[in-house]
Amino acid sequence: MSTFLLLTITGLGLGAMYFLIASGLSLIYGLMGVLNFAHGVFITVTGYTLWFTESKLGGVPVLPRFLIAALVGLIVGTVFAALVELVLIRPLYGRHIEQVLVTVGVALAVTALVTAIWGSDARVVAAPAWVGDTTTIFGAHIPNDRWLEIGTAAVVLFALEAFLRRTRYGLIVRAGVENRSMVTALGIDVRRSFTLVFAIGGLAAGIAAVLYTLYSTTVDPQQGTSLVIFAFIVVVIGGLGSIRGTAWAAVIVGLVQQYANYYASSGLGDLSVVLLLGIVLIARPSGLSRSFA
Amino acid sequence: MKRFAVPAAIVVALAFLPKLTIDIPYLFQESLNTPGTLELLALCLLFGGLALSYDLLFGFTGLLSFGHALYFAVGVYVAAIAMTSWHWSFWQSVLFTALVGFLLAVVLGAVSLRVSGIAFAMVTLAFAQAGSILALKDPYGWTGGEEGFGVDYHKLPAWTVGILNTKHLYWIALAYAAAVFAIVRFAINSSPGHVWQAIRENELRVQVLGLKPYSYKLMSFVLASLLATAGGVVYLLLVGGASTEVTTASFTLTLLLMVVIGGTGSRWGAMIGGILYTYANQRLSDLSSSHAVSQLPSILRTPLQQPLFILGVLFILVVFFVPGGLTRIGQVGLRLDRILRRPATREETA
Amino acid sequence: MALLSVHDLHVYLGESHVLQGITFDVREGGVTAILGRNGVGKTTTLRALMGLVDRRGTIEFGGTDIRQVPTHKIVRLGVGYVPEDRDVFAALTVDENLRLAERGAETRYDLVYDLFPELRDRGKQAAGTLSGGQQQMLAIGRALLNDNRVLLVDEPTKGLSPLLVTEVAVALERVSELTTVLLVEQNLGLVQRVAHDAVVLDTGRVVHAGPAKELLENKPMVHRMLGVG
Repeated sequence: MSTFLLLTITGLGLGAMYFLIASGLSLIYGLMGVLNFAHGVFITVTGYTLWFTESKLGGVPVLPRFLIAALVGLIVGTVFAALVELVLIRPLYGRHIEQVLVTVGVALAVTALVTAIWGSDARVVAAPAWVGDTTTIFGAHIPNDRWLEIGTAAVVLFALEAFLRRTRYGLIVRAGVENRSMVTALGIDVRRSFTLVFAIGGLAAGIAAVLYTLYSTTVDPQQGTSLVIFAFIVVVIGGLGSIRGTAWAAVIVGLVQQYANYYASSGLGDLSVVLLLGIVLIARPSGLSRSFA
Repeated sequence: MKRFAVPAAIVVALAFLPKLTIDIPYLFQESLNTPGTLELLALCLLFGGLALSYDLLFGFTGLLSFGHALYFAVGVYVAAIAMTSWHWSFWQSVLFTALVGFLLAVVLGAVSLRVSGIAFAMVTLAFAQAGSILALKDPYGWTGGEEGFGVDYHKLPAWTVGILNTKHLYWIALAYAAAVFAIVRFAINSSPGHVWQAIRENELRVQVLGLKPYSYKLMSFVLASLLATAGGVVYLLLVGGASTEVTTASFTLTLLLMVVIGGTGSRWGAMIGGILYTYANQRLSDLSSSHAVSQLPSILRTPLQQPLFILGVLFILVVFFVPGGLTRIGQVGLRLDRILRRPATREETA
Repeated sequence: MALLSVHDLHVYLGESHVLQGITFDVREGGVTAILGRNGVGKTTTLRALMGLVDRRGTIEFGGTDIRQVPTHKIVRLGVGYVPEDRDVFAALTVDENLRLAERGAETRYDLVYDLFPELRDRGKQAAGTLSGGQQQMLAIGRALLNDNRVLLVDEPTKGLSPLLVTEVAVALERVSELTTVLLVEQNLGLVQRVAHDAVVLDTGRVVHAGPAKELLENKPMVHRMLGVG
């Protein structure tokens, strides 16, 4: 029982991470039709900025040091994402394949640059001690960072929904996901929403990066890429452009991965996610979003 | 027959390379007939062929796959495992590998092609990821996990093993590249080939004409994957072992880079892209550890130490300014005009 | 001076030369109808005016050359668009659809609700669950929300029952008192009722332009150009 509980919570924690990354991907694809391969390096940029800032704040106690570094990381990551859109994506408006290709180039170039400057080995990040501790519930010892992950993802989900349903830009994004050209036909410059959506994606991915460094206490050049592939799978399962679909898919994928890895055998969890993708696509090529909208 | 004159002449000329003791400074560290240079050239030719096999899918049929590396990896791993773990003979292993590659392409292609566009790209990525995970986690102890393993060279034909036989490997790679070129050229000029190109332009129109795009796409997929699997076997001969690097998504992405830099949808573009990329990757690595570069200020030197950075930036520049790829530089003007004439189609397919 | 002036307009869709040199004027006030058989380029003409397809030629709106101007800026010059498939946002509510169309402080909700009271009643309903006729009302309503100088309306009665066609006709009549309308329509009865001028297209060219009444009373010409009667 306690194992099951542990698996469920860690599965939800994993799902939380996937959701944070996938939500940005889903919005970007839904609104702009761009498959953003550079999403992984948004994570890398925030992670390394965090580490770098921390290393410059030597004398400061751990908690404020981490928080300041996290904040700086988030700001830099968000700005970076917005710049990528402004400088590289916007000029290619209407040329979807080229936009996707450019994001691939950014992903490869930035990862290579980070590796060149700081090497391919992982760098250690100092995190507050209680994050590594566990809380015991019903006999299950659950690492505290999982609670943080689940809580943060819930807050972000809530914030995203509020943004989409209550603000004008959110309205534009929701309409644009459905029919971009009609939005321009109403006199609205959708391109501003594009930059906004990239920035939101960068912020959410950055949050995931911060949480991931708490969990792993390291940063390395490849962590963005490995997380992003599963996020892509989540986005396709959940239905491109749907935040709620993405949330459900993230939870399902996270849980399936944890259960399968434990109850079947290690490594099978990852494979079962791929299998899940195959099944969903065969049954419902447009993903799960219809059933959860 | 005249159309084959130029490519045939090039193949013959290249075949004579190992006999030449020419020194090309800067481009190559040693003269042309040395094992080191021949190995590099062989690798270039192999990836040229592999890139062309990828372009069959992407440039000619319009299918963006992120899982092409899987079939290449199958070629490498299955052949290596058959020889080393199961102790089969070389030819038995090669035949078995071809069979596995074929069946896998048919099954996975049939499933993946049920969706199109971005979803298709994602499914191919997912399947390739699955393969990568299998190779890493190594459930049966065959793949050597993260480190990979060296193939049992006793199983390889004697004339392919050893430094002195590097020129034979060069010729094999040349044969592979030439074969891929010939097969792809033949295929795209055949009637299924015309359907592939029609599918790339406008799938709806193909359906309206009463043809089923699905079976044609599957045909293209299987052919391209088989060519990749063959490339995997050649690669195994060249490097003598299997490693997980060829199973990663990054590897497929570098294929994409090759094809785009060289130019998609043309017979030569992808091949030249593959050759140039492999060459640049190798030489940039050499260059970065050279004396001249170590003299540069660190802000210039550091990025140069990672060839992928330069290649990634080059890739972005090509996408922006030379969308047809380097082989189409002369046609940039023509292409811009076509782009200006067709935005309605682009927006509508958004 | 004409409100809208089109000269030698060319549009290519893929390889197809859809508009082959369209020239016509739309005078201020009243309804100008664009007529023609299926596939001659009527919808494409409106889309070209809106900047939704790439075009060559001259387009002047209120004296300003809008050929190079992007769609959202054209709209802000005072152009309302009611597309052929209505294109209301299904996932948004009726209220949200209207709110999205707001362009400034001066919105004419009173006018819209007066013409289409159902839009007020069904404000919280998802637009995707509206009937075809209700969606059409919404599409027209949101184009009316702002004080546009011209409305481009594309086949508003397509697929509607006769009763609804009359409702649309009534709405269009009232609208035409307030704004200039450029109307693409196949329903000649409606055209006869509301239009002052008519422009007839055939295979991407203008083959006739003049007062609507004159054209529609000329049965042989109607039969020849529009394939009806």
